[in-house]
Amino acid sequence: MSASHRNNHTGHTQESRVVRVALIALALGFMALFLVLPLAAVFTEALRKGWDAYWEALKEPDAWAAIRLTLITAAVAVPLNLVFGVAAAWAVAKFDFRGKSFLITLIDLPFSVSPVVAGLIYVLVFGAQGWLGPWLAAHDIKIIFAVPGIILATVFVTFPFIARELIPLMQAQGSDEEQAAQVLGASGWQTFWHVTLPNIKWGLIYGVILCNARAMGEFGAVSVVSGHIRGQTNTMPLHVEILYNEYQSVAAFAVASLLALLALLTLAIKTVVEWRHDRELQAAAALPPEAPAPAALTVKAAA
Amino acid sequence: MTTATLSPPAVAAAARPRRRVLPGFHLTLGYTLFYLCLIVLIPLSALLFKTFTLTWPQFWEAVTAPRVLASYRLTFGASLIAATVNLFAGLLVAWVLVRYRFPGKKVVDALVDLPFALPTAVAGISLTALLAGNGWIGQYLEPLGIQLAFQPGGVVIALIFIGLPFVVRTVQPVLEDAEKELEEAAMCLGATRWQTFARVILPTIAPALLTGFAMAFARAVGEYGSVIFIAGNVPMVSEITPLIIIGKLEQYDYAGATAVATVMLVISFVLLLIINALQGWQRRRAGDTA
Repeated sequence: MSASHRNNHTGHTQESRVVRVALIALALGFMALFLVLPLAAVFTEALRKGWDAYWEALKEPDAWAAIRLTLITAAVAVPLNLVFGVAAAWAVAKFDFRGKSFLITLIDLPFSVSPVVAGLIYVLVFGAQGWLGPWLAAHDIKIIFAVPGIILATVFVTFPFIARELIPLMQAQGSDEEQAAQVLGASGWQTFWHVTLPNIKWGLIYGVILCNARAMGEFGAVSVVSGHIRGQTNTMPLHVEILYNEYQSVAAFAVASLLALLALLTLAIKTVVEWRHDRELQAAAALPPEAPAPAALTVKAAA
Repeated sequence: MTTATLSPPAVAAAARPRRRVLPGFHLTLGYTLFYLCLIVLIPLSALLFKTFTLTWPQFWEAVTAPRVLASYRLTFGASLIAATVNLFAGLLVAWVLVRYRFPGKKVVDALVDLPFALPTAVAGISLTALLAGNGWIGQYLEPLGIQLAFQPGGVVIALIFIGLPFVVRTVQPVLEDAEKELEEAAMCLGATRWQTFARVILPTIAPALLTGFAMAFARAVGEYGSVIFIAGNVPMVSEITPLIIIGKLEQYDYAGATAVATVMLVISFVLLLIINALQGWQRRRAGDTA
């Protein structure tokens, strides 16, 4: 997805001016209708009764509880998938083993499972009638219709984000720099911290913010395992649903507007990350092949 | 597994990973498999085990009840229409973003990913507010006798929204890497612009287009959050398959929910394999031209 933009178009393979303007207008019109208008509607509906009603809706204790739960969920789910993503990318990109492409397919699997099915499978494992249900009930542990279930469902739906961002990146980079660090006497951790991490940092940030956006915004999977207990097991998207179904439109859109702001923030960070990454790649490509890359210098410093 | 065509030459020149020179193979692969089993494989296998506790007639009755069949028709029909719209709209947006220059292009490019970043519930209530009888768009459609909110048409609109980035983001890099020389050669040989597009450009981007289409379709089939607000959820008319599963769960019909979920899981697994095959085709195609 991180694309390098080339602008070396020559004049004679261009469409005529009329066609160009028409195509641009058509594309922008479609985007305005399908993307800008829904975004604008969120904020307009949220502020329909003015700022006071907006703040009132956000100050409500249930809204606060939902915001807190959403933050907790993301704060647990994202680091878990971050550790997994780095481990999986290291294993897949730096080593050859049988069944590697099958492993990558399995890592991608949660993306193609419907969120509702993702929630259901945890109900089947931890629910009252599930595999571990009787044991959990005997030990008074609640997972389904409680916070652990919400976190598990969120971990499932955001499972591949960081891994699939890092795997192609680390495969393309190869492992020459890491091998150099090893030869120079760096330990495994030193190699990772001083050589690999600086090389993958933009991909890592990119994966983390996309993972975070999905973790905070997940609806279907969380809806199945949450039980919708107000003030306790409602995340922000579930709280939006409850308010909306109770015809509290302004309050629903007020909470929704926070999620929309999160989405805009995500897009902004993503754009900056792509831009920085492209610039570093261009700088690296401009170096003559013999010149040591910046990362290789840090190895020497570390070793 | 060459991603070389998408990466700059300096990085692409790096050699394939050699065997076991670096540490951490057992640790990272072990942890990867452990976490994969814990989070994904064991819970998914619970679904299959639960399905196997059903007898075949029970299973068949659960997955072919008239209400469930109607939901398949809506889910797959609406997903197919939405993915087709996204095929054309996504190609158009990708084309305009890669080939033309206009003010605000960077913002438009960033905005393409909005459906990835915006929570589906927010998209759902927002699209509903727009298309309802008193909404910004609905108020103009209603006098014309067109009603989208709380109708199957609304489902299609929601699925177009969530599927748009897939086609744009798969086609965009391929269009960027496409060689202008081929187009110039076609021009020199007397082809019109349209012939060049249909005979030179389209075959190059066809694998990417189909991959994007399949991804948008797969995502649409499983989509829940954005659809339930706008669909109206009338049984037999505007009830999607994921909602059938939720409905069965709420009635504590775990066996029925599991049976329908298994059908969806098998379909999404088939779609995943198709997408993988398409991506393999795309990589080979990219390898040929590079």
